[in-house]
Amino acid sequence: MTGRAASLAARIDRPVAVAFGCVIAVLLVGSLYSRSFLSPEYLLQQLKVASFLGVIATGTLIVLLLGQIDLSVPGVVAVGGMMSTAASGWGPVGQSLAIPFGVGCGIALGLVNGYGVAYLRIPSMIMTLAVNAVAQGLMVVHTGGFSPQDSSSPAMRALATGDFFAGLPNALIVWGLIGAAAVFLLNRTAFGRAVYGVGNRERAAYLSGVATQRIVLTAFALAGGLSAFGGVLLAGYASKAAQAMGDAYLLPAIASVVLGGASILGGRGSYLGTVAGVILITLLQSILSVIQMPDAGRQVIYGVVIIAMLLLYGRESRSQ
Amino acid sequence: MSDWRYVFGQNRATLLAFIFFVVMFAIYASNHPAGFSANVVQTAANKGVLLALVAMAQTFVVITAGIDLSVGGVFVLTNCLASWIVIGTAPAAALGVAGVLLTGLACGALNGLIVIVGRLQPIVTTIATAAIFYGLALILRPTPGGDVYGPLADAFTGRVFAVLPASLMSLGAVVVVVWIPYARSEVGRAAYAVGSSEQAAYMSGAPVARAKFVAYVLSGLAASLGGLFLTFVTYSGEASAATGGSYTLYSIAAVVLGGVSLYGGSGSAIGAIFGALMFRTIGDLLFVFNLDPLWQPLFQGLVLLAAVSLGAARLFQVRNRLELMP
Amino acid sequence: MEGVSKRYGGVRALENASLAIGAGRIHAILGENGAGKSTLIKILSGVVRPDAGHIALDDAEVAFDSPAAAIRAGIVCIFQELSLVPDLSVADNIAISNPPLRFGLIDRQAQRRIAEAALERAGATDIHPMALIKDLPLSRRQMVEIAKALARKPRILILDEATSALTAADVAKVFVVLKRLREEGLALLYISHRMHEIAELADECTVFRNGSNVATYRAGTKSDGEVVEMMIGRELSHVFPQKPPPREETGPPLLEVTRLGWSDRLRDISFHARAGEIVGLGGLDGQGQRELLLALFGVLRGVSGEIRVAGRAVSPSSPHAAKSLGVGMALIPEDRKTEGLMLPMSVSENLSFAALERVTRGGVIDRAHEAKLVAKMIELLAIRTASPDVQAGALSGGNQQKVVIAKWLMAEPRIILLNDPTRGIDVATKQEIYQLLRRLADSGAAIVFYTTDYAELIGCCDRALVLYDGAIRRELVGDEITERALISSALNIGDGPNGEGRRP
Repeated sequence: MTGRAASLAARIDRPVAVAFGCVIAVLLVGSLYSRSFLSPEYLLQQLKVASFLGVIATGTLIVLLLGQIDLSVPGVVAVGGMMSTAASGWGPVGQSLAIPFGVGCGIALGLVNGYGVAYLRIPSMIMTLAVNAVAQGLMVVHTGGFSPQDSSSPAMRALATGDFFAGLPNALIVWGLIGAAAVFLLNRTAFGRAVYGVGNRERAAYLSGVATQRIVLTAFALAGGLSAFGGVLLAGYASKAAQAMGDAYLLPAIASVVLGGASILGGRGSYLGTVAGVILITLLQSILSVIQMPDAGRQVIYGVVIIAMLLLYGRESRSQ
Repeated sequence: MSDWRYVFGQNRATLLAFIFFVVMFAIYASNHPAGFSANVVQTAANKGVLLALVAMAQTFVVITAGIDLSVGGVFVLTNCLASWIVIGTAPAAALGVAGVLLTGLACGALNGLIVIVGRLQPIVTTIATAAIFYGLALILRPTPGGDVYGPLADAFTGRVFAVLPASLMSLGAVVVVVWIPYARSEVGRAAYAVGSSEQAAYMSGAPVARAKFVAYVLSGLAASLGGLFLTFVTYSGEASAATGGSYTLYSIAAVVLGGVSLYGGSGSAIGAIFGALMFRTIGDLLFVFNLDPLWQPLFQGLVLLAAVSLGAARLFQVRNRLELMP
Repeated sequence: MEGVSKRYGGVRALENASLAIGAGRIHAILGENGAGKSTLIKILSGVVRPDAGHIALDDAEVAFDSPAAAIRAGIVCIFQELSLVPDLSVADNIAISNPPLRFGLIDRQAQRRIAEAALERAGATDIHPMALIKDLPLSRRQMVEIAKALARKPRILILDEATSALTAADVAKVFVVLKRLREEGLALLYISHRMHEIAELADECTVFRNGSNVATYRAGTKSDGEVVEMMIGRELSHVFPQKPPPREETGPPLLEVTRLGWSDRLRDISFHARAGEIVGLGGLDGQGQRELLLALFGVLRGVSGEIRVAGRAVSPSSPHAAKSLGVGMALIPEDRKTEGLMLPMSVSENLSFAALERVTRGGVIDRAHEAKLVAKMIELLAIRTASPDVQAGALSGGNQQKVVIAKWLMAEPRIILLNDPTRGIDVATKQEIYQLLRRLADSGAAIVFYTTDYAELIGCCDRALVLYDGAIRRELVGDEITERALISSALNIGDGPNGEGRRP
């Protein structure tokens, strides 16, 4: 094989193939229950719902590639949703700036995360946990304990629910654009190369003269912005925000990224895999709810599937 | 003489956690409208012990440089189970308690097997098993309900000698019966070794796999004790995802506040217990100072943020930056 | 041991190797790094399993599937990478496997007594049993490692470069202990590069080369030159490139260091390196050579003193700063696997990692340009790899080190610092590296080169600085660099009647 083809084949590695395979398997199993699972309308609807998770999982992937983790997703998603809806309530200027404002708040929180992890060397698990608590606390203060009354701006609603052309949902297009940008960032830029380097071996990256602290800071800031943007989209979808809107996205985001072949230890993983993971998780949740599997069964199946797939991928090698 | 210097040095983090907690609680109790009464202490103790047990569970795993995100799931599952089987007559209730604890052990064993034999990373393993445990809890209690054997529940949530909270006594008993023997056993020490340097532990012939397995099993046990206690407190079982999730995350915070290193190899469950009690007291402090309960979550978050940032102080001692990068 | 073979990936670490050891004797093993000594030891001590071959103990065949099994059979090894757990105490480490138990729990009193006895046996009574390993300096840790091995009552004791971090006084104490153990019937396997240690201790010597036993002889029956020849398989004098005559240089030196100090490891170090010079750092291991290089490269905090590059004062606060255009330093680090390379990434990605600025425009990588530079580097250093997209981890040690060097050459540095670059590398590649260093110096770079190999200091360097206890003990220029001068300065003893070296 030529160099190019070989590296392409290496890129579509085993976990990604397995993940996509599972997507197809899930669809086929679902179709046994009802043919409508294979209909374009259903599939498109699923892709639209997957877009929200997909945007959030993009940030999760970048941080995971570094060998870190971002547990502040629930809080930052809520901040993104609530701040953008709040801004929409501040007249026409507010409405036009709603989305950037929401995302900006997320970036700010991400910078706090990044500063703690990169410069203060606080383990990311606990740093992002603390920032999450602060973010959620801020939102409680903001809403005065009641559920938020603001509603989303028309732009937010259009992004999340409309379809601009050819019947493709806007949310899906947005995810596609963000995904393309992420792929470009990770594969074609010095930043992306540095992210993989730091995730693989921070020491070597540091001693190679890469500004590792800045890379980590930027990665967390990006993740914060993406989580907040996910919150903006969710708020647009529901026309308003809610205190706990982000809670249901943390573990699925991590699961999608890991099921897509990314290593929790960092340095390994591709966006294609994350896409597969996101679609898989979304489909799983959707099909299980359509066949009216009670929540209990859904949870158990969800957990079992994750473990089974990870066992399939090949485990840590013995010579660790 | 110099021996004490070493003992102090090794337990410094736990001692700090203890001191911080005592200071906080003193402030709380002295400002409480009802004063430093047995009632106040009892209520605080009951709430604190719940988190302390889950924090203890987390400690077992964190010492081996792992993380257990399913402690909240086991907590909720055993709570629901207890609301079914810890009822009826005294012997039946006793059998029920045994069943609940066995379930905790089994949950821990499942985690341990997947991590050790399946060689999956603890964080993703426990995310998945957390979902499984929560699902099982939902099967048991789709809606909150159930009951518990009254005399037992009252005994553990009440007072001993009319002054000391029974919950604290039983927590102390758990520490004496479970933690201290474990920490002093070969398998417990091997757990510290694994967390500190798995390679060195393996090359030195320490029982690495056994240490990890026991750590996960004991984590399940401690979490189930917590679930049992929750049933005693609430007299019911509820499969609440919010409870499970928050107890998991708070247990990590408690463990860090208690001086246990997330990188593994150092710290003690006793420190984690004080970390948990500290965490609980923070919220109560706001109530006592008449701070708007609206601000409580934010305050709790800021204190947590400050506490973990203190850990960055060690940065000033590091003169070779390579030491910061493993 | 007979017919033992082991391969790692495409590399044959051991090929039909054999070894025979008798009780009550000290058997030394010599050989270049990569000759198979470490692999043989790892097999003998149960850390890895051989692909082929037999091991017989007391004429009975044995096989070890874990270090614990080997320990039970009485074979204890003291490795280069210490097997001590940092967060546990000395006593806990010494008794880590099979601790004394009472009522099922560890008997701390008994354990402490065992530890104290073991420490005394090793001659390390200044170490407190309750001290944590991570709080001890490296030389103390190595003594604990030795005590730990002795506490296991071994029948065969293997020391794999176990004295590398010890002070001279400690080494003397350890030798007394080892000799006493020999009288008691212990069989000792001693791996070292230090000829004088081997001369003092060993009864028999075995030389390994390319994965097998080349020669076994009684100690003292072969000259150093013959031994080195057996180790490298060729005449010593052909290994090094010609050194140019010293040239007249005007203007400030490329690198000038004045009164550099750090913590208690570096004291008042002053030296300079001119463009075109290869300056060597010598001395026993652990005298501050590594720290000096790290200090220059911006890795250490709290460095006092002055560093000037081409006359301009600089104070690099990180490798990023040290690499920058105004300074232009490069450091080939100590451990290529954990500090020099990202093993799972491709050769190409590793190669361009220190020079990303040169292959990007506005942050975006120009792949064609990168591929061109990568190909040029691969050719320049003759890096043997199937393709630039192969994982760096799949390359042999020598080629991996070439990738590390090439990575830095892409950044076009003016000052090149090397931290023991030829450790663990096959002889052919070493030669290529020596030639490369001379070529780089000739093209205007200043090179500071730390090595534990005397031959390299003598053969490669225009000047050599011998460090002792964090300060420069002596500077040797040109022909003054002899093994005798190096060793005597390293051990901090005066030179013989053959003149004195310049003290800077």
